[in-house]
Amino acid sequence: MIRRLLVLVAVLGVVAGAAFWWLTMPQRLAPAALAGPAPNVENGKLVFAAGGCASCHVTEGQPDRTRMGGGHGLKSPFGTFYAPNISPHPERGIGRWSEADFANAMLKGVSPAGEHYYPAFPYTSYQRMTVSDVRDLFAYMKTLPADATANRPHDLPFPFTVRRGLGLWKLAFLDGEPFRPDPSKPAAWNRGAYLVEGPGHCAECHSPRAFTGAITADRRFAGGPNPEGAGWVPNITPHRDGIASWSADDIASFLADGFTPGGDSTGGAMASVIRNTSQLSEADRAAMAAYLKALPAREGRAPPRR
Amino acid sequence: MKRFIMAAAVLAIGTFAVTAQGSDPIAARKESMKAVGQQTGLGARMARGQAAFDLTQARAIFAAYEQAAATYANLFPEGSQTGGETAALPAIWANRAAFTAAVAKWGADARTEGAKVTDLATFQAAFGEVTKNCGSCHETYRARRN
Repeated sequence: MIRRLLVLVAVLGVVAGAAFWWLTMPQRLAPAALAGPAPNVENGKLVFAAGGCASCHVTEGQPDRTRMGGGHGLKSPFGTFYAPNISPHPERGIGRWSEADFANAMLKGVSPAGEHYYPAFPYTSYQRMTVSDVRDLFAYMKTLPADATANRPHDLPFPFTVRRGLGLWKLAFLDGEPFRPDPSKPAAWNRGAYLVEGPGHCAECHSPRAFTGAITADRRFAGGPNPEGAGWVPNITPHRDGIASWSADDIASFLADGFTPGGDSTGGAMASVIRNTSQLSEADRAAMAAYLKALPAREGRAPPRR
Repeated sequence: MKRFIMAAAVLAIGTFAVTAQGSDPIAARKESMKAVGQQTGLGARMARGQAAFDLTQARAIFAAYEQAAATYANLFPEGSQTGGETAALPAIWANRAAFTAAVAKWGADARTEGAKVTDLATFQAAFGEVTKNCGSCHETYRARRN
């Protein structure tokens, strides 16, 4: 009887292990998805700015925003993630990556070795990007200087150290859907929606998260406490807690120069974001503003008084 | 009567000065930055072309920056790290010399750049240059709010 029970437990264990293995298997792009004309490096430079790559991946402690040696620490309730080297350095960076490796990282959150990336790398947003933008971005990044900074391991406690487990997280929270334009909306709104929801990954900071680490959908863009430390990430929906009083022009101008309508100059991580958005075209900033203005007004917790 | 008014005025100014610098540095620095923000709001609208360019106004902005920068770093004494919903980060006290130097640079930039302003184009260049100081300080020394 005991022996039978042990066999049953062992069998169940194997079945559970196999199910886990199967469910957490990294998903990759079909190779045919990458077909297309020669990449456009100039557009790649704009995608690089829109994606805010430099804000996390710039080599710590120096000002050149084309040196992608990484090292910036991103604090979270799970531990601290350190942005890796994404410069074209052959050993320390991504110099040996193929275009397919890069596209799988951006769109599927999977490393060339077939491991899951932590969603601190915002592929939950980047998955919306077009393959052609991703290819252009990779072509541009290959033109940046190689940087020999060594990657710093993330500072995470068990069980978050088990990357395979992220496969389950992805099953629950990564839908794998590309951006789909809404033909009933103006072209500027669609462009803005793409930039904000895709490369711009605005919601990643401007939304509260559940204990799972996933964005709380009905509070998307409604801001909340700064997960990285002191302060507040503002509500960027047209609610009175948020930016209801800002005109679309106020938003577009803010993305260019960092000044709020009240004359404040933005700080914290947003100061770095403005260094990215100020590189975009006026039309793209206006498109982002149009999309944000058209978001449903969602209540955030009122920010602390000044 | 005259003497009484004088005395009252001196007392009022004295009280203000004490409130501003002594007893409540947090309120004083918020007041100072609020005034700076008002000027910056005017400047941003002119630089963006949302408001007509006015040379007198433009020069007043740089003068206000210079004036605020002259005392601003003194408004963060020991003991004013917390309270009054301050957004000041501990980095100010941990890197005192760097913070003071950053405020001084802002004042010096306001003086040199402000002197170059003669029309909208020179204003846009000068305003852009001086206000780089805003972002770099807020990035390092102020808690996230926007």
